[in-house]
Amino acid sequence: MFDDLRDLYQEVILDHGRRPRHAGRLAAFDASAKGDNPMCGDRVEVFVHLAPDGTIADLGFEARGCAISVASADLMAEVARGRTPDAARALFARFSEMVRTGEGADDPELERLAPLAGVHEFPSRIKCATLPWHAMAAALDAAKDAAKDAAAKETGRG
Amino acid sequence: MMDVQRIRRDFPILSQTIRGKPFVFLDSAASAQKPRAVIDAMSAAMETQYANVHRGLHWMSERTTDAYEAARRACARLLGARDEAEIVFVRNSTEAINLVAHSYGRHLLRPDQAVLISEMEHHSNIVPWQLLRDDRGIELRVAPVTDQGELDMAAYEALLADGRVGLVAITHMSNVLGTCTPAARIAAIAHAHGALVLFDGSQAAVHRRVDVQAIDADFYCFTGHKLYGPTGIGVLWARRGLLDAMPPFLGGGEMIATVSFERSTWAEVPHKFEAGTPAILEAIGLGAAIEYVEAIGFDAITAHEASLVEHAAAMLGAMPGLRVLGAAQDRGGVFSFAMEGAHAHDVATLLDHQGIAVRAGNHCAEPLMRRFGVDSSARASFGLYTTHEEIDALAGGLARVREFFA
Repeated sequence: MFDDLRDLYQEVILDHGRRPRHAGRLAAFDASAKGDNPMCGDRVEVFVHLAPDGTIADLGFEARGCAISVASADLMAEVARGRTPDAARALFARFSEMVRTGEGADDPELERLAPLAGVHEFPSRIKCATLPWHAMAAALDAAKDAAKDAAAKETGRG
Repeated sequence: MMDVQRIRRDFPILSQTIRGKPFVFLDSAASAQKPRAVIDAMSAAMETQYANVHRGLHWMSERTTDAYEAARRACARLLGARDEAEIVFVRNSTEAINLVAHSYGRHLLRPDQAVLISEMEHHSNIVPWQLLRDDRGIELRVAPVTDQGELDMAAYEALLADGRVGLVAITHMSNVLGTCTPAARIAAIAHAHGALVLFDGSQAAVHRRVDVQAIDADFYCFTGHKLYGPTGIGVLWARRGLLDAMPPFLGGGEMIATVSFERSTWAEVPHKFEAGTPAILEAIGLGAAIEYVEAIGFDAITAHEASLVEHAAAMLGAMPGLRVLGAAQDRGGVFSFAMEGAHAHDVATLLDHQGIAVRAGNHCAEPLMRRFGVDSSARASFGLYTTHEEIDALAGGLARVREFFA
């Protein structure tokens, strides 16, 4: 019945949508940001914890949304770990291109995310896939601002 | 009983197949499909009888003005209005409510007064009043709905008790729950406490015979595109005395009596509220839609809908893992539901792949979604062309969706 939908709902997506591995608020985090799609009611909050070297040590999320948005958030959390914020943003750009056009699914960098490439055939669902990524980018920006403020205070005291 | 198959033949779009499957259109509450009569009336106007209205002294303009004004009379008839000058053409219900919020709310309500809405309003009957509140300090009160999805009448009356509510603005039929509100009682209680009442009839006017005199409304609005007419045309009805007292909403051509650089004077109602070239073709299309609906008759439409509602309530109510929002005694053909283990978006996408069109999201009624504890829901809504078989198709489709996500 739904054979033609298997591009969109691949097993990986159904699995991560149903049983996300990285769902939940982090016990300790440097910044968080919310993503909200008022048109459909999807909501996600992303938490980032940075390691001393500035890379993403951990990323967690709380989401209420469709299978696509939850799976996208979960796979994002998986692949963002260990990357620098800039590398995570660069990955977002490539991911975004892939879900809009279907191009780049064979890019080794996007391997774990390739199951979401089918989204490009469903224009109304693209924003479901990108919502958590926008929230991650906002959380990384917030972490950067917080670090800058802390540094400024430090200097002020010195 | 009306012949639904014959009616379906009047709607060219319904004979299409979607992805090789019959098109099951269950999204009429968002916008209804158009019968041949409407399509033809608009084409014929463009082909044979079109010029600007109320301006030219030439034959073509006069004929077009006649057709435009005939559409106004059709709207007056539809609502049981006493005077066709009480029919103001607007773009849609949203514009109608904004017009009232501006011309009545900002000019004739006092800052110490309040506006009372309900928890089951569409955003279009929430946001204009918030703008009014923020601009003029006029309090905004919200009457709760019960778990059944009905207006809590005791709470409603209590909110009017201090006599400060100047205007009640409430839906005549919920676009999410399908609840039809007891308009006559709502109006009587409002009037007893010194408040006027506006009904948002966007959904109700499609499904029920509306009589603004019988329910004793002060303002009533509906939109053409949900009533099988075109987009871009809607109606605000208000009592003549109110329209006379209200200042214009938009300024421009058509709405003036005289203009000089020092001052202008306003045209008589309804023209005072119809600045600029109106939606002429759309008004003509709406007139044709009303004639189409009248020819079928609201008795037949209401009876057909009641049987669809009964069937849908039984089918959807019996589905495991499906939660239908609201269960009002008096309910029209709108069902919103949430499926356990599947988000409304996924439900809608999977139904779409079976040729079944439903809406998914918050239905422009975010506060109501919160009231029922859901982020979003899927919604099936019916029109006069909806069949029992389509409701069966929906139930079958939902069963397959559930299997997919199990």
